[in-house]
Amino acid sequence: MHFAFDEQQLEFRAQLRAFAEKECTPAAIRGAWTSPVGWSRPRWVALAEMGVVGLTVPEEHGGMGLGLVDLVLLLEEAGRSGLPEPLVETAALGVPVLLDAPGKQGEALRARWLAPVADGGAAIAVGMSSMPAVPGAEGADLLLLERDGDLHAVPAAAVTITPRPVLVGSRRVAQVGWEPSPATLVVSGFEAAGVLAGIEDRAAMGVGAVLVGVADRLITMAAHYAQERKQFGKAIGSFQAVKHHLADALVRVEFARPVVYRAAWSLSEGDPEARLHASMAKAMASEAATVAARTALQVHGAIGYTWEHDLHLWMKRAWALAASWGDAAAHRARVLELLLAHPPA
Amino acid sequence: MDLRFTSEQERFRAEVRSWLEANVPSPSRGTGPLPSLDTAAGFEAHREWERTMFDARWSVVSWPEEYGGRGAGLFEWLIFEEEYYRAGAPTRVGQNGIFLLAPTLFEFGSPEQKARYLPAMASGEEIWCQGWSEPDAGSDLAAIRSRAERSTAGGTGGTGGTGGGTGGTGGTGGTGGTGGTWVLNGQKTWCSRGAFADWIFGLFRSDPEAERHRGLTYFLVKMDSPGVTVRPIAQLDGETGFAEVFFEDVEVPAAQVLGAVGEGWKVAMATAGSERGLSLRSPARYTEAAARLVELYRRRAATEPAGAARRADAVARAVIDAEAYRLHTYWTATRVARGGGVGPEASMNKLFWSETDLAIHTTALELLGDEAEMLGDDGRPPPWLDGFLFALAGPIYAGTNEIQRNVVAERVLGLPRS
Repeated sequence: MHFAFDEQQLEFRAQLRAFAEKECTPAAIRGAWTSPVGWSRPRWVALAEMGVVGLTVPEEHGGMGLGLVDLVLLLEEAGRSGLPEPLVETAALGVPVLLDAPGKQGEALRARWLAPVADGGAAIAVGMSSMPAVPGAEGADLLLLERDGDLHAVPAAAVTITPRPVLVGSRRVAQVGWEPSPATLVVSGFEAAGVLAGIEDRAAMGVGAVLVGVADRLITMAAHYAQERKQFGKAIGSFQAVKHHLADALVRVEFARPVVYRAAWSLSEGDPEARLHASMAKAMASEAATVAARTALQVHGAIGYTWEHDLHLWMKRAWALAASWGDAAAHRARVLELLLAHPPA
Repeated sequence: MDLRFTSEQERFRAEVRSWLEANVPSPSRGTGPLPSLDTAAGFEAHREWERTMFDARWSVVSWPEEYGGRGAGLFEWLIFEEEYYRAGAPTRVGQNGIFLLAPTLFEFGSPEQKARYLPAMASGEEIWCQGWSEPDAGSDLAAIRSRAERSTAGGTGGTGGTGGGTGGTGGTGGTGGTGGTWVLNGQKTWCSRGAFADWIFGLFRSDPEAERHRGLTYFLVKMDSPGVTVRPIAQLDGETGFAEVFFEDVEVPAAQVLGAVGEGWKVAMATAGSERGLSLRSPARYTEAAARLVELYRRRAATEPAGAARRADAVARAVIDAEAYRLHTYWTATRVARGGGVGPEASMNKLFWSETDLAIHTTALELLGDEAEMLGDDGRPPPWLDGFLFALAGPIYAGTNEIQRNVVAERVLGLPRS
């Protein structure tokens, strides 16, 4: 039992943090809100040069050949820094699908897409037919789309994109028009069910990691504000009503974090309980982020309710991601269902 | 990162499990369950169980061998705890000593004190209670008024030979520094196990002139010392789980000072850290209760599907929180095993385990509905109700959760003091 990250993993996170402090300032995030697709192609290329985008791409395709345990810390950092780029969709969801895609179609997909992902030339979006719209579809070069239980890989040129107005300008969603064909089919039937479940589980873990970072940032912002803002002649952070709100939110984040890390480990090890662990992670992370957003707004008061203040850049991301790929209650329901499926001990 | 236990750890688990299976008091062998810990007979029965564990060297697995332990690592201790709760073994009557005082003794005790107190604590021969709170000093612990004065009568041997082999010599390590005798006066309250315990560890004001966090000294006192009076207090379940303890001119040898004179606050905060979870309060109580909650849900869903369905979300939440506490403990244990420390994060632990424990038991009672209030044929609360009553104390003892939130806000988030 060794539940910790190694030096290399921590160093990689430190590099991403340093990069984001320069390249992903609140002003840069606001820039993404008004950009064509909600994120920045040059920043995507720079992230690829650091090895972040191609982290899960094998070395022979120009990637880092690393796994989900290496990725999870970077996703958390992406949440903390508010990076709008589609890291979860590309590195946690898309690449593993391409790596496991069977047959000639799989070989062709890997040959076509892995190297461009690793060098920042391509981004992936993933959409299930149950979703009202596909996150990241506008900027994606390759779309992995489910229909009737089958999974298809469709290049951007073969889809029509109808952007939907959305709350978070740096996380766009769009309706995608496309036609399934034998040429797009990646995996079908029983085999597809396993692949789709894997996508759901990695999404629960990956979005959960981002949410933990978002929540951490929200609490940090609120704590700083509570140290500086004075009322009744003293910093509002000296009042217990404020302290207790923030302490409770921090506790939710502190205990969500190891659950998310464990999910990454179980998924990368193929643990038979990985699905249970992924749902536990998303349940904890969605709740932590929701509580952190609510708390951070209340601590900021009216200034936090303004468009001008940066708080909403993270707060709205928390709301959107908390619901994405199943909200806390949906994952709690799945946890109970999975536990009840076990015979009594 | 590797979240598997090693094969050696798995062997350790198997050894613990098989010993517990053969030895835990059980109805099938006619040896259990033990009578309530908070009765005189139950207390002695639990003491005997401590002795049985000690004889097989299971009572304090993480302690060095010289004090009756196995020198086991943190993860082995966690494995032991998981198996202990899984086996439904008795509540540890010695827990205040073993989990609260012992870590403090290891940190601040002289070699003589460790040799004197630890083995008898491990065997259950001497059961400890805690003497911190006073009628006017609860959350504001530094307001304590019970006092300690150096005896003007002098004397070097202490009274009644209670200092054991080291009585009166003192003078080593961080102990009182001088020989002689102290005289204690005052009142302590809410002393868990106080009705039947053999010893008490407590804070007394030794310098009334000093700033209130200074001038405190940490004493170890035998409960049958002349001048000590115990008044048991019935708890919510009607039994005498705690007590008031009165001190009237109680003479205590200087060898029974733990840490330096006037440094009692610092020593006490080490104990408080252990109580809040710094020394890894076992997650097993919560994971085991959560597993039982799922089984309760399964049964209720078969007989009362509508009632169970309304509680499904709370059941899942309780199970996930218990698991989160376990994982967080492994996370912390890994850091501690590599030489890291635990600071004010202990307060986050305390908030989380106490709220989790209460949520698990509240949910169980909700599932039980009208059955929840029923006592057993013996007049005792059955396990879920008993666990609920115990869990209700969690947000109060070991520093109320309001105090913990202040600590988290001030020392983790850096907010200004009130």
